[in-house]
This record gives sequence, structure tokens and C-alpha cells, in this order.
Amino acid sequence: MSILVNLGLGLLFGLGLIVSGMSNPAKVLNFLDLFGTFDPSLAFVMGGAVMVAFLGFRLVLMREAPLMAPRFQLPTRTDIDARLLVGPALFGIGWGLGGFCPGPAFTALGLAAPGTLVFIPAMLAGMWAARLIAERRNG
Amino acid sequence: MTTFTPLASFLGGILIGLSAVLMLLAEGRIAGISGIASRLFPPYADRGFAGRLAFIAGLVAAPLLYAALTGAAVLQTVSSNLVLMAVAGLLVGFGSVWGSGCTSGHGVCGLARLSRRSLVAIGIFMLAGFATVFIMRHLIGG
Repeated sequence: MSILVNLGLGLLFGLGLIVSGMSNPAKVLNFLDLFGTFDPSLAFVMGGAVMVAFLGFRLVLMREAPLMAPRFQLPTRTDIDARLLVGPALFGIGWGLGGFCPGPAFTALGLAAPGTLVFIPAMLAGMWAARLIAERRNG
Repeated sequence: MTTFTPLASFLGGILIGLSAVLMLLAEGRIAGISGIASRLFPPYADRGFAGRLAFIAGLVAAPLLYAALTGAAVLQTVSSNLVLMAVAGLLVGFGSVWGSGCTSGHGVCGLARLSRRSLVAIGIFMLAGFATVFIMRHLIGG
């Protein structure tokens, strides 16, 4: 059951990325190109997504528990540490180089552009390395 | 050049937001793609592995559903500079996990929860993205 629900949620999320244009690196790079071929479309993606999530999260969190898990698991940290400054900076540089963030990279996999096929394994390796290093430092 | 598509982008955003809301309703979790994808491999592939894999499979299959529903091809222009794409992938992967989230976890879910950490993260990755594209296109590329 959980597998089917997650598959559906991934499909819905992916459809949203495609309809919005977020899955096209050219559009992302133009969004980031303030002083060139600036295309502000992606601000509207954020607007739509945050609006729905802002209202929806409040409605959902009025419940005692989620439907398929014993409790809600929301991030609780509020501190601003060095990792929160360095991580997003590296992420932003990579985003600006390739035009992909993690979700859109997966929706691009099917079209099998050589750039995508290189980007995804590199991204997964980077993610895995970050988890390993973070854990070694903490533990 | 890409075309300005405010309506389609807004509509797509609504679908993304809806998926995040339903994820919270069903699983009680934040729909952060970097968190989901980074726990697909050992030693993190423990509880909830099948669900996470199914979510990623849904993302990968979405273009097929889109093409079936609309009859239109998915528009996509990816750089064919493979060294650049490898570096980009490493930075995106490492940075998103190191900073506890990406465009979905911090961007959509964090903003919706009015998280201070997410607001800081978004500010930094937007600035880094703007600066990188400026350097690549206007200082180096021209």
C-alpha cells in the first residue's frame, strides 16, 4: 500500500516539475540569469507550490497522526550552523552549473541525455559521501 | 531563450505542493527529494526503503505519464559538457545533503512551514545560483 501511495506521490510531483518547466535545465538557467536571458517563470512554480503547501500543511497538521505512519516527523532544528551555510552554497553552485536540482534530474532520466546520465550518478555519489562524512564527524 | 510561462509554471507548482501535502498526510514526512534519494543506498537503506524507491520511480516515470496524457514531448535541454555535468552533480548531491535539503525540502516545504533554517538555505542557494550563472555566462562564456 505504502509503495503504491509513494509511487503516486512521485508521479504527481514529477508531473508538477514537467508542467512547470522546472525539469528543463535551460529554463532553470534562464531563471538564474538575471542579467541575461532572464525567464521569471520559476518564481511562479515556487508561488504555486508554497501556497498549496502552506495551507495544506496547516490542514493536515490538525490531525493527531498521518494516515499511514504512527506520527508526524517534521524537522525540529532552528539553529543556523556552518553546514547550513556551506551546503546550500555548494548546492547553488552545482544548480547554476548544470540547471538540475535533485527532483528534475530524476524526471529527466527517461530522455537519457548524456549530461543527465553523468549528472545522476555523480549526484548520488555526492549525497552518499555527504551522509558518510556528516555521520563520521558526529559519531 | 525560453518562453515565459507563468500559468503553466503556477499550475505545475500547485501539483508539486499537492504532492508535498499528500506526503505529509499519508506518511507524516516532508517531501524532500535529497533526503529521499540520499537514503537509497547502504547503510541507510533500512526502514522505508521500498517507499522511497517507489517515490523516485514515480519521478522517473512521470514524463511517460505526461506524454500519455498530453501527447506532447517533454521539453528538455541538458548541457552535453560531461565534465561540467559531473562536477554539477557532485556539488548538487553533496551540497543538498550537507545543507539538509534542496529546492523541495527547503524551498517548498521549509517555506510553507516558515522555517528559519530553510529561509537561510534558500537565500544562500539562490545567490550562489545567480552568481554561478553570471560568472559562467557573462564573465567566462560571454
